[in-house]
Amino acid sequence: MSNTVVDKSKVPWWVSNVIVPLVNLTLALLVSGVFVFIAGENPIEAVKLIIYGSFGYIQGFAYTLYYTTNFIFTGLAFAVAFHCRLFNIGGEGQAYIGGLGVFLVAINLSFLPVPIVWLLAIFGAFLFGAAWAYIPAYLQSKRGSHVVITTIMFNFIASSLMIFLLVDVIRDTNQMAPHTVKLPEAIWLPSFEAFSGILGIKIRYSPLNLTFLLAIASLFFVWFLVWKTKWGYEMRAVGHNTQAAIYAGISPHKNIIIAMCISGGLAGLLGVNEILGVSHKIQAGFPAGYGFTGIAVALMGRNHPIGILPAAFLFGILYQGGSEVTFEMPNITRYMFVAVQGLIILFSGALENLFRPQIESFFVKRLNREVSA
Amino acid sequence: MVSPILELTDINKSFGHVQANKNINLKIKKGTIHGIIGENGAGKSTLMSIVFGLYQANSGSIKINGKEINLRSPRDSIINGIGMVHQHFMLVENFTVLENIILGFEGETVFGEKLQKAKEDLQKLCNTYNFNIDLDATISDLSVGFRQRVEILKSLYRGAEILILDEPTGVLTPQEVDELFKILRSLKEEGKTIVLITHKLIEIMDLTSEVSVMRQGEMVGHTKTEDTNKEKLAEMMVGRSVLLRVDKKEIKKGEIIFKVNNLSVKDDLDVTRVKDINLEICSGEILGIAGVTGNGQTELLEALSGIRRVESGNIELFGEKISDHNNFLNPSLLKEKGLAHVPEDRQRMGLISDFKAYENLIFGYHDQEPFSKSSILNNKEITEYSKKVMQEYDVRPNSPNLITSNFSGGNQQKIILSRELNENPKVLLVGQPTRGVDIGAIEFIHQRLIDMRDRGAAILLASVELDEILSLSDRIIVMFDGKIVGEKDNKNVTDRELGLLMAGVAE
Repeated sequence: MSNTVVDKSKVPWWVSNVIVPLVNLTLALLVSGVFVFIAGENPIEAVKLIIYGSFGYIQGFAYTLYYTTNFIFTGLAFAVAFHCRLFNIGGEGQAYIGGLGVFLVAINLSFLPVPIVWLLAIFGAFLFGAAWAYIPAYLQSKRGSHVVITTIMFNFIASSLMIFLLVDVIRDTNQMAPHTVKLPEAIWLPSFEAFSGILGIKIRYSPLNLTFLLAIASLFFVWFLVWKTKWGYEMRAVGHNTQAAIYAGISPHKNIIIAMCISGGLAGLLGVNEILGVSHKIQAGFPAGYGFTGIAVALMGRNHPIGILPAAFLFGILYQGGSEVTFEMPNITRYMFVAVQGLIILFSGALENLFRPQIESFFVKRLNREVSA
Repeated sequence: MVSPILELTDINKSFGHVQANKNINLKIKKGTIHGIIGENGAGKSTLMSIVFGLYQANSGSIKINGKEINLRSPRDSIINGIGMVHQHFMLVENFTVLENIILGFEGETVFGEKLQKAKEDLQKLCNTYNFNIDLDATISDLSVGFRQRVEILKSLYRGAEILILDEPTGVLTPQEVDELFKILRSLKEEGKTIVLITHKLIEIMDLTSEVSVMRQGEMVGHTKTEDTNKEKLAEMMVGRSVLLRVDKKEIKKGEIIFKVNNLSVKDDLDVTRVKDINLEICSGEILGIAGVTGNGQTELLEALSGIRRVESGNIELFGEKISDHNNFLNPSLLKEKGLAHVPEDRQRMGLISDFKAYENLIFGYHDQEPFSKSSILNNKEITEYSKKVMQEYDVRPNSPNLITSNFSGGNQQKIILSRELNENPKVLLVGQPTRGVDIGAIEFIHQRLIDMRDRGAAILLASVELDEILSLSDRIIVMFDGKIVGEKDNKNVTDRELGLLMAGVAE
């Protein structure tokens, strides 16, 4: 018998869900280290800088959590669709349109009591993101157009649409740049420094704001939806085995649409962080690639909220620590960190099964020996 | 004496606990058409897959022209002059005939002179055997019959002296069958040896000079075709020493509660597989559908479960026509009306193997109380319920949190049965209830079905196991080529009669 074939049921959960991702991550970082070395810098120093930049001081840590917030939304967005075996690559566009939702609601209803504006703006973000995902979902379920293709195309459409709106329709006409007017300050989401101010700690500016708690709540929401409700159950059934789902009276069409809309809605929530929390206006291109990186976050987090949280945090560290490194080390450019992200995606996504069989069989053998000893 | 071209000695092969081939001995003479006949699961395909190098035997030897050879892969077999045409063709649909034939056999280059040479050689082969194939045609444009010829041509081009055909006529129209037989006869005249695996007696009588019969993994007889007849072969094929009989009470037939009217269904290749079927089942009755796989039973059940389009016809439950949606029956609606369905292919339809056992135990009933309330699953209730039914149906291990694919086939089947029978359905459709299930579980499953019947349910049972049909059914219909070719009362029917009907021999 081949020694790499393992009885899956004997593999402890922590081996496949903790050890394997950690090994893959370590490998990605090792290879990244080689790149850093080739670029003429000391990899150890780079790691130190990353850790200092993202944890070492309170403002840096706040930045890390701000990035984490965005990655939680886009990671969850990908994960929800994936449970229905749909590759929603359109998080970027859905987030963009979601931002439009936030802004339109907030600017038009700013006369309402503030907490209500917030709730409605969150709802608007979700709704707009969901609506943008609905079209590819409909095309997939009724016409069989593959969501990978359509969602990618919808990213471009979203981008063009938003540029058009920002230039010709909702631009702040007092400015040359393509962005909208600022929202009234009264309805901005409280920032981290405002909170720390209440506690008597003065810190410098950071973009971290109340949306972070919304992201944490979204983690619970997704966990509950996917594993505790009838909808999640049906989505997973359709994703795992469409024919069996039909046999059981579960409609694939309906569930493809539900999964995609929830996925798009979650991506749309990124707009809450960016617009209601940070820049208070729509700027061209504000989703800045978070939608795509979310795919890696979800893959690394194995599409489970419990995994997505640390994965999002890790990418937050890389973003924040990475900018620290590029600042301190002139030989390392911003693109180097795009390459590092790429390596992480490569090792935890595409090459995920590279070492899995060996690691799993290693642990299974060890554990068996312990049992028999 | 000339040694046989192919000689198998004491071949044994098992898959897990199932012994698919037991001490098989077989001699095939050069230049003959040799038939191998047997029911589904008799081990014919396994045996031939061993000869073709797809599987390795656990023990035994294979000799070609008296020389012992070791076949580790199809490559070894091809080198030794063995070719096989599978039931499902292995062709690249968007390649041409020529490209498909030279695929994997290109040598150094697929361009220029070599290609031209290959084409000429192939054209010669085509002419010799009247294949009538356009080598530049794309596979996807060819009919099933022609695709099969491409497969045969491929084997010949690779130097096959022994050609194994696995159920070659299953997918062909009658005209295509005639054409195929012509080709096979001309191959034989040219000195090739053909092994024909089939369950159709007519083909054996028509084409072969020698025939071997397999039953339950064993070779039960060899004979010259001229020394036997269809009746004798049918008896060898299905006859068995022990017959599993289940104790069951005298039938208490009620009124007709389930009817199928003029139902026609097509398969994925757009071939009509169910041809204008009518049937009715009374309360308290088990109607068995006997037949060899591939005669429309699968498509019939799939249409009834709502995953396959109904071309024409309808069904009635309790005298009420069940409306369909875009020609698909609605499984939820059927369920609501008291119809339960144990599907034929449990892996593909009956359950989701990646789900936990408790999730599969409520599959299809997950939106009913007490399992869910206002769309929220009540996991505590579900787990308790799961523990209870798993106990009741003796599902081992009794752990609702285990992933379903970790259960054995028999236990997976029990999960489905417990789910479908728990609601006390009025009508039950069951396909292959004991396929891949061990003896102990078979008895248990049979008893449950009988209990259902005694409680007044109408049961439609499709099975390729004749034993099962005979021991459970009150009435038996036989399907052949998508039609009902016979209906028998279970009290006065013999294996032999059914065997003949199943093999397509009219009464």
